[in-house]
Amino acid sequence: MLGRLGEAMVEKSFWDEMTGGAGDIRAVYARIDQWLRDTPPDILAARRSQAELLFRRIGITFAVYGSADAAERLIPFDIIPRVIAQKEWHLLEEGLIQRVKAINAFLTDIYGPREILRAGIIPADLVFQNPAFRPEMAGRRAPHDIWVHIAGIDVVRTDENEFYVLEDNARTPSGVSYMLENRDVMMRLLPDLFAAHRIAPVENYTDLLLKCLRSVAPPTASGEPSVALLTPGQFNSAYYEHSFLADRLGVELVEGSDLFVRDDVLYMRTTQGPKRVDVLYRRIDDDYLDPLVFRPDSVLGVPGILNACNAGNLTLSNAVGTGVADDKAMYTYMPEIVRFYLGQEAILKNAPTWRCRDADSLKYVLEHLHELVVKEVNGSGGYGMLVGPHATKEERERFREKLLADPANYIAQPTLSLSTCPAFVEEGIAPRHVDLRPFVLTGANGSRVVPGGLTRVAMRKGSLVVNSSQGGGTKDTWIIEDA
Amino acid sequence: MRIHIRHEIAHTFEPPVRFLNATLRLTPRSHESQHIARWRVEIDGDSRIRAFDDGFGNCMHTLSMSGQTETLRLFAEGVVDTFDAAGIVRATVERFPPELFLRETALTSPDDRQRALAAKIEGENRIERLHALLLLLSDDEKPEEPAQEQTQAKEPAAQKQSQEVPAPKAPTKEDKNKVKALVHDFIVCARLVGAPARFVSGYHLHPKTQAGGFHFWAEAHVEGVGWIGFDPANAICPHESHVRMAVGLDALDATCMRIAPSPQTEIETVDVRRQS
Repeated sequence: MLGRLGEAMVEKSFWDEMTGGAGDIRAVYARIDQWLRDTPPDILAARRSQAELLFRRIGITFAVYGSADAAERLIPFDIIPRVIAQKEWHLLEEGLIQRVKAINAFLTDIYGPREILRAGIIPADLVFQNPAFRPEMAGRRAPHDIWVHIAGIDVVRTDENEFYVLEDNARTPSGVSYMLENRDVMMRLLPDLFAAHRIAPVENYTDLLLKCLRSVAPPTASGEPSVALLTPGQFNSAYYEHSFLADRLGVELVEGSDLFVRDDVLYMRTTQGPKRVDVLYRRIDDDYLDPLVFRPDSVLGVPGILNACNAGNLTLSNAVGTGVADDKAMYTYMPEIVRFYLGQEAILKNAPTWRCRDADSLKYVLEHLHELVVKEVNGSGGYGMLVGPHATKEERERFREKLLADPANYIAQPTLSLSTCPAFVEEGIAPRHVDLRPFVLTGANGSRVVPGGLTRVAMRKGSLVVNSSQGGGTKDTWIIEDA
Repeated sequence: MRIHIRHEIAHTFEPPVRFLNATLRLTPRSHESQHIARWRVEIDGDSRIRAFDDGFGNCMHTLSMSGQTETLRLFAEGVVDTFDAAGIVRATVERFPPELFLRETALTSPDDRQRALAAKIEGENRIERLHALLLLLSDDEKPEEPAQEQTQAKEPAAQKQSQEVPAPKAPTKEDKNKVKALVHDFIVCARLVGAPARFVSGYHLHPKTQAGGFHFWAEAHVEGVGWIGFDPANAICPHESHVRMAVGLDALDATCMRIAPSPQTEIETVDVRRQS
């Protein structure tokens, strides 16, 4: 469920966030290092099992699609926090906000005048043939021209000041409940360690989210806009997060059958009669949202909900059709997109990417399959992906055929040297590869990034695949003032 | 040709519903060879109807009704002047470059049969290939009589315009689906050979039998010429006997009415006749 990412391993040195690779402990990690030295392994083990117990009690689990025991699983939690210094964070934050700004400008343009296509920056077919591009939205505008209110940008770190974006998630990014729960658990388990640092808070995420959602309410909304969270239901792998967020936001958690549209206004059924909804934080895909516009067989959505939106009586968050911006093929154009709309160079780098739709790139990728990561343009969760260095010969051959059959459906990236962080694993404390998904909130009053995010960690030695569906774990992420 | 159209749709709900929502694409637009002389859409019952353009530039109405509803009746009625343009449609509302219509949808994802059919298409240029496709499709599935949505003989009784008189030969859902499938075949094959193609809904009046009804056909784009209509059910290019209403990537986009909740019964009567 936790989105995607994953790179392969190569035999070379990686930048370690605690030691910087040189063996000296970096200043931000000084106290963590001391704590690790002072704490005997059995205490760490005890803390870890306590953490697991807490997570079980909370019930924060996820389901892996397609696995035989699709029952709910617990994501492994690593009790050693990841630490990032505030000044490093500021750089990242600036880059994230810039990127989301560009994504919103892009969506406004692509569903409006389409200047970027006229300028020849992006090939038109990449937009028009993209299944996530919604012709139904052409000519529509989102309130305040904000399409993506909640974005989850996956970044990896390769050096002290080098961050790469691996993927943009502009549809319905998940994982924020882990960010919040991990922090809760850490505060309960390790209060002393916590008190020894000045850690930027993440608890206000839901307050900021609610403010953000209310700020984009349609002008027809009353004084305090009413917000609800739409879930596909308890069988969705992220249902826990939906109910958790609704609870923390203090808004109703609703399913399609709890909502109806009358006279182009969305209402929810309550015990006190119908109540108007102004902003709907929807966690279901475009395809299922409105059986009058998209899939007619959808029972998860609400008939007429898009009419309510188009009539200016409802804001959907995120807006319909944002997927065209976070597609992996579009990702490769992000530096150009930032330049085109903002007239700036992108602060965050893109991982070098070969677009297999270009004949030359395809040739290169086929020749270097053993050292590249190949991804489906529209795949997610680490499914449908080839990690060249880790794949068997047969797997590579299978992928070669897939690539030749439909090159435009794939991109390839080199295996990035993801940074490592100390993790408490079977053999003791050892470096493990990590990534980070910070969440960018954008409302009428600008963008905010809660200092932190979801750090995912590959628990297996040498592995660069951090997806929860592929055995990755999570860590609490601390943004601290320099020690 | 001056064509008069009356399209009635009645839905019943059992048990009655408390509210319903629908989208209508029941209003044709003028273009170079089609002038709308007058047109109206009316609904009986207490409802709110709002007009706007959909993403493709079709004229669309949204309908919202509350209060106990057992029957929903509505009709579209109007007069359209048409001119023969050899199938070429110009001065239409276009929201997208033709390339958008190369896009695959759930209903237009090619299967093996369609791929085999597309492989048989021959021709020097795109126009020839599209005509070859039209012939291939009509050979493939030769209709015994001109396939049509609503084959309604022009009888004197019908001229009284009595609302009680039902269509003499109501088209079955099967007939409708057959034409739809044929148009989808055309679209899929055209796209397979690189021609942008789209689904069109509208009305048709058969010039010989004077039978008319709701109908589906396709349009394909040819560089330098523009959009050209192809009516695979009648193996012709649309001419002055076709009234074009809505376009889209597939039948779903151009459906004349989508409604929720689903009604128990649906009765559609379409009367298309020549007006002098």
